[in-house]
Amino acid sequence: MILTTPAQRRALLERAKSIAVVGASNNPLRPSYTVFSYLRTLHRFDLAPINPTIAQIDGVAAYPSLTAYAHERGAPDIVDVFRRPSEVVPVVQEAIAVGAKAIWFQYGVINDEAIALADGAGLDVVVDRCIKVESARFNGGLSMTGLNSGIITSRKSESTA
Amino acid sequence: MQDHDFGFATRAIHAGTPPDPGTGSRSMPIFQTAAYVFGTTEQAAELFQLRSYGHIYSRISNPTVAAFEERMASLEGGLGAIAFSSGLAAQLCTVLALAQAGDHLVSSQNIYGGTVTQFTVTLKRMGIETSFAPVDDLAALEAAMTPKTKLLFAETIGNPSGAIADLSALAALAHKHGIPLVVDNTFASPYLCRPIEHGADIVVHSATKFISGHGTTMGGVMIDGGRFDYGSGRFPLLSQPSPGYHQKVFTETFGEYAFLMRARAEVLRDVGAQMSPMDAWILLLGLETLPLRMEAHVRNAKAIVAFLESRPEVEWVRAPQMGSIFTFGIRGGREAGRRFIDALELWSHLANVGDAKSLVIHPASTTHSQLSDDEMRKAGVAPEAIRLSVGLEDVDDLTWDLSNALAASQRGALAETAR
Repeated sequence: MILTTPAQRRALLERAKSIAVVGASNNPLRPSYTVFSYLRTLHRFDLAPINPTIAQIDGVAAYPSLTAYAHERGAPDIVDVFRRPSEVVPVVQEAIAVGAKAIWFQYGVINDEAIALADGAGLDVVVDRCIKVESARFNGGLSMTGLNSGIITSRKSESTA
Repeated sequence: MQDHDFGFATRAIHAGTPPDPGTGSRSMPIFQTAAYVFGTTEQAAELFQLRSYGHIYSRISNPTVAAFEERMASLEGGLGAIAFSSGLAAQLCTVLALAQAGDHLVSSQNIYGGTVTQFTVTLKRMGIETSFAPVDDLAALEAAMTPKTKLLFAETIGNPSGAIADLSALAALAHKHGIPLVVDNTFASPYLCRPIEHGADIVVHSATKFISGHGTTMGGVMIDGGRFDYGSGRFPLLSQPSPGYHQKVFTETFGEYAFLMRARAEVLRDVGAQMSPMDAWILLLGLETLPLRMEAHVRNAKAIVAFLESRPEVEWVRAPQMGSIFTFGIRGGREAGRRFIDALELWSHLANVGDAKSLVIHPASTTHSQLSDDEMRKAGVAPEAIRLSVGLEDVDDLTWDLSNALAASQRGALAETAR
């Protein structure tokens, strides 16, 4: 299912335990590094970079492929994708093959074929969103920095996203 | 959590202020603290490197101030906001986030006198030049653009001329030249106009006016729409490694948040013009009634305009189609204007607008007194102009007072002696 609403994204982040970040970079200037290192600070996800060109990010071992990751760690709850739109169909095929439950396409990673493929295979799909921003939207991080979370509620927060 | 688009009045009361997660306090607590303990040294390092969200020192961010910022971002339809100690501080820091010595701004000339002075004196001394043109003369604004121009500046409703900016035309002009449109929305408030919806990129306010609503609190705020792409090469402060912040390239690391992150992590941090938590709390309270107050301000202003237009002592009334602040010209020029103000009993003679109390001022001798006659005319202010900011009192009481003072204004030397 393609998840389009904040409540759906929040539920996905709350039930996820493991995230494989495809295309994560060890260059601190890259958005993928920023997102990966932010997710680490939350201490609630089992994280791994998927990138055949690096060995590790800040001491977290990288896997050359989703297949190699799944062989050791099992199916990831979320596959977070930082790749050019033209290169993501094989990523989706691999995600389906290893039994990933959800695929998250970061800002600008938009490929209709890949989206339809993942949706058709029963994965939860998030498109053109940043997993860091969405996580911070629900855990209060955005609000802490004067950013517009869009959250309106009179209930006391119990979110762990 | 359910998905729903909340309306303006609901957001004016709720945005940024869910119940306090620690205590359940329904009112936003005032976090009167200078600093925040770190957990581990690792967590401290994560915060300083902008990897995680959190507070370090209240010069850079504070929970109560952040609640005000988020509410303003919500009401203006922006990505985020930064609060400052005043509207002029918000404006200065916005400029400093985009421009440095050698750069250039293009501005509407129909703007607040204090802004003209900030641009032509203080920014000029810092090496940033400004060219001015009438807000409705797009050709002249375009002719003023140079390759060093970093932003186009205008006020939604010009102070005090009442000139209304054609925001979509100005946005198109700015974007054609690869620069953002910065709009001062103080006189409209987000209730009457949301510039980002009309193409503006950045909105600034003096929060002292309608946002406070009661003339109690100095404050400013800048809201970023988050749509402008600063990665074109024209904004090296955002797209080159920053010696001010760990050699970060803000556009690369933060994407659409680049401008907000640099404006906070470098400019606010280094200028130190932050809002205090107590002031943010008062402004949050003010915002809760913004929709109600603006409706009443506008209703009263319409009644006062109609009253003035019926009076023989009034030569002209220049009221914009929007808002509750306008000017009128009194028969008898500068001297009659002085006698008029001195005869008022209920209207407060002071240099502010957007208060629940009705306010009056003679711009030529006060807010715009730093300007030359030529600059005054350019700003659209006549020497005989009197500016009114219509408050929330009973209209009958306001017109009673105006009526007496208008009569007194025409009595000339006789009235002088009587006083």
